[in-house]
Amino acid sequence: MASMTTPATTPRIPWARLGIRGMALSYLFIMLIIPISVIFWDGFSEGMVTLWQEVTKPIAWSALKLTLWTSAVMAIINGVMGLLTAFVLVRYTFPGKTTLNAIIDLPLAIPTLVTGLMLVALYGPQQVLGQWILEHFGQRIIFAPPGIVLALLFVTFPFVVRSVQPVLLDLDQAQEDAAATLAATSWMIFHRITFPAIRLPLLSGMLLSFARAIGEFGAIVIVAGNIPFRSQTAAVYVYGEVESENRLGASAMSVAMMLIAFSVVALVGYLERRGRRG
Amino acid sequence: MATITTVVRGRPSTRSSVWRRRLLIGVVALYVGLLIVAPLVALVRGAFLEGAAAMWQVINQPGVWRAFWQTLQIGVVVVVVHTVFGTAVAWVFVRDDFRGKWLLNAIMDLPFAVSPVVVGYMLILIFGRRGLLAPLLAAWDIQVVFALPGMVLATLFVTMPFMVRVLVPVLEAFDVRQEQAAATLGAGGWFTFRRVTFPALRWGFVYGITLTFARALGEFGAVLVVGGGIQGRTETVPIYIFRALDERMYTGAYSAALLLGLFSILLILGTDWLRRRRQE
Repeated sequence: MASMTTPATTPRIPWARLGIRGMALSYLFIMLIIPISVIFWDGFSEGMVTLWQEVTKPIAWSALKLTLWTSAVMAIINGVMGLLTAFVLVRYTFPGKTTLNAIIDLPLAIPTLVTGLMLVALYGPQQVLGQWILEHFGQRIIFAPPGIVLALLFVTFPFVVRSVQPVLLDLDQAQEDAAATLAATSWMIFHRITFPAIRLPLLSGMLLSFARAIGEFGAIVIVAGNIPFRSQTAAVYVYGEVESENRLGASAMSVAMMLIAFSVVALVGYLERRGRRG
Repeated sequence: MATITTVVRGRPSTRSSVWRRRLLIGVVALYVGLLIVAPLVALVRGAFLEGAAAMWQVINQPGVWRAFWQTLQIGVVVVVVHTVFGTAVAWVFVRDDFRGKWLLNAIMDLPFAVSPVVVGYMLILIFGRRGLLAPLLAAWDIQVVFALPGMVLATLFVTMPFMVRVLVPVLEAFDVRQEQAAATLGAGGWFTFRRVTFPALRWGFVYGITLTFARALGEFGAVLVVGGGIQGRTETVPIYIFRALDERMYTGAYSAALLLGLFSILLILGTDWLRRRRQE
């Protein structure tokens, strides 16, 4: 820990300040840094080659691929619908708007396992809607990739809305009005004026929801079941490996998931720093 | 969360803009309805399918009460620890300055990006039978994995950022001059905190605590992995729901999920409502 040198002008050492700093930093070090380092250390302990072999084993590789593509699909849908929701909430007044605004935050409050159960209660093969979709579209929702995407959409719904909404609210509409007087069509106004202003928060909302989705477990484990090569995601795979005490497989997949998620979070940080500089 | 007020601007509304407006609102309402509201309704229906009496019967069992009690215990401990240390971290964030502080900002959000399963697994690697600290734990006869301490640690990790992320903006908005004024008038550090700083941060604390508590009650993956989900010993409410579903006790699963979900929702919405009413 960096010790602070006391300037000559202050006669006493700021014990309170140093104490709080020490408390905060040791807490973060013990609770965050050490556990995360232990996983990386364990994952890399058998060497890079073993790690790579473990992750590219057919069953692990397919779980990782499924996780990545369902998360990507979720991020795209979430981007479009989150942007639309934020736009409607900021620009329009309509009955039920306060309720809609409150519903956006519900996924933050609902435990993820309960989310999974809710989706099974609605789209499950024995349920009315689930059966109807299966009969008319021939598509299973539960125990299949669409269920995973739905679960991820539910859990991460606030991310894009809450990231775009404040920026849209602060946006000076004078520019849009000016464009409108110059006979610009509404699509042109959105495309050329509104969208560039919210591009960055939209992207960071999408990326954060992607990073969050990589590790999602509670909502998925019920909705997706645990069918290798079909509906087993990376987190569910790690759970299986831990249960069967396969340390190598569990550590390798954990490291892969954390590397992906951390890079995405770092990218968001970089984009936001660049955005602030202008 | 912040209330959003709209400023209605007078741009001439044409016929096509009215229809576009209706279409966009309709699409959003349909999306939110199908994604969030309909599943919620389905859960309520599932819980009440066999009647309220059957619901009470499955809930009113020693095992289920035990799960609720255990969940509550974990939640309370986690809230207390995060209130103390989270406040310290938030304070360091806003007021303190030292070399390498930017790193703090970077690592604070990491728990959001770590899978709950991996969190549980980390703790097994450290405290497990063949973990790093195994000899030490054996010598002192402390059980962390497959016991309450491990479940508390897992929940602590998962809920780490909430308190800090809620407190930092409140602390940033707080005017330091108020503290300085108190100091000039001869107030000591603790007195200033109790009479000046804390009242200003009160709603930040309340919101941070409810958010942390709600998330702690609902944590599943991390607690399952580190606790092992041993029936009657390390079973929390989410783990009970998971087992009930596995054993095809649907009414039990739906009822417990409804109870847990409603409690979390009321906690969050209630705090939000209280705070808004105070502000008005």
